[in-house]
Amino acid sequence: MSCAATIADYAFRSIGYGERLLPRSDFTLCQQFTLIGSGMIWNVYFGLLALVIGFAIATAVAMGKAAQNPLLRKASEWFIFVFRGSPLFIQFFFAYFLFLSLKGLSPFFSPLTSATLGALCVLILNTAAYSAEIFFGALQSIPKGDTEAADAYGLSGWSRFRRVIWPTMLRLAWPAYTNEAIFLFQSTTLVFFAGFPAVQQKGDALYYASYFADKTFNPFVPYPILAGYFIILTLIVIGIFGLINSRLNRHLPSDRRPRIRLRPNLIR
Amino acid sequence: MTTGKHMSLYWSLGTVLLLLAITAPTALAFGFGGATAARSQIPPLRWFGKTYMAIVRGVPDIAFFLFFVIALDQGFEYLRHKVLCPDWDQPIRQGNDFIVCTIAKLPLGNAPQWVHEVYGFALAVLTFAIVFGAFAANVLFGAMRAVPKAQLETAEAYGMTQRQINRRVLIPQMWVYALPGLSNLWMVLIKATPLLFLLGVEDIVYWSRELGGTKTPQFTEYPHGDWRMWYFAGLLVFYLCFTKVSEVVLARIMARLTRGQATAAGEAQRKAIA
Repeated sequence: MSCAATIADYAFRSIGYGERLLPRSDFTLCQQFTLIGSGMIWNVYFGLLALVIGFAIATAVAMGKAAQNPLLRKASEWFIFVFRGSPLFIQFFFAYFLFLSLKGLSPFFSPLTSATLGALCVLILNTAAYSAEIFFGALQSIPKGDTEAADAYGLSGWSRFRRVIWPTMLRLAWPAYTNEAIFLFQSTTLVFFAGFPAVQQKGDALYYASYFADKTFNPFVPYPILAGYFIILTLIVIGIFGLINSRLNRHLPSDRRPRIRLRPNLIR
Repeated sequence: MTTGKHMSLYWSLGTVLLLLAITAPTALAFGFGGATAARSQIPPLRWFGKTYMAIVRGVPDIAFFLFFVIALDQGFEYLRHKVLCPDWDQPIRQGNDFIVCTIAKLPLGNAPQWVHEVYGFALAVLTFAIVFGAFAANVLFGAMRAVPKAQLETAEAYGMTQRQINRRVLIPQMWVYALPGLSNLWMVLIKATPLLFLLGVEDIVYWSRELGGTKTPQFTEYPHGDWRMWYFAGLLVFYLCFTKVSEVVLARIMARLTRGQATAAGEAQRKAIA
């Protein structure tokens, strides 16, 4: 079977199109590249959606943590503590079994037991908590002069937030937030190892990589392929976030713009 | 709550603590080695250190966990195979199989169960140490660079050799700079312990799944429904408490270490007292 045929068969295998059976023997390099790449669709799906939705929640939670109202503040602090203080792996397990028992109560919850929605919820809340902490730190370090200037111009309420506080917060938080985005993409690999079933072997990149490693007893091919894909993904994330970073800092002289410095990735 | 299997669950909590207790110093040693290698004067050693630190970036860690366990296992068996069975003439990789001679198997096929468990655990510890060693190397490398240059130059001016400078000036001073990074790493290490489950060790995740599952009256005296959710809620609380305690302890250590240091936090302490 030629490589083009393999790609046609397996390129969208992870979302259920193409050949139904996974290759069982005589694995070729082409098959491994195609299937693991196909699994990356899930990683990008989880990462992208969680990032976008989590961003909105994170802004709200960060504002909540900085709020005067003690009720709002305590609630935000607890939300952040629970999601940052426990392993993502356990959160996945807990959420999966929680959704299972909810499903028992009402069929309304049944879509949540699939990875597509349930794992996405966990990832959204998790990244919201981590980003909220980053945003909160940035909120605290907004220069006093900026807010005073906003007051002097008579800005208040929503327009003060929209025009001064929010852009400055984003600008200050952006380098750390870039790292958070990279971790998020990497922690998407946990999904199919933590309770959530891969229905009909529709899994993510790591799922297929470990499938090949199990079948061939040879970890030296699939995992480096996976690593390669993730390095590419990381570079893309850095590129996009770098563009946003320069957009956020466009009013500053070029030597005072903060550079994004990568820190080593860590597990949650 | 006190059946034999529940005892295994409680024991596996001990396994987690044991893993932390062994891994933390080992990873620190790996990190120290990596950081010193990355600062070395000898190019190949320096390249090795930098590569070790760089390779863990950008790749999901659990891929490393899955990779290293098989790779280390096969590596050990391969070495033993080379030493113990020199006149084995068949290739080791036959198609999809990895074949070594019987006496090179690790652990030996006839070994008792506990040897298998200990071997699995040791592999897990080594894997954790390698991965976290890279992170620790990064932190320590940064801390070594954060020690004020003037201090090192002064030491040089006093005629100390490179070794003496390292031992007497650099290493004692770097800990203050390294502690924030290291305590962060400790938090992450705590949160990485459930990954033991993926490495095939029968840890808390394994037992929670086992025990929480639906029990029918045929098999047990205490039948119950699907309690896995509650078991995992318990684990969640366990980890939250653990994190909280660590936070408090690390804050104390940090306060102790900053005493009298020429950093912003040290200055704040001085002002608070005065």
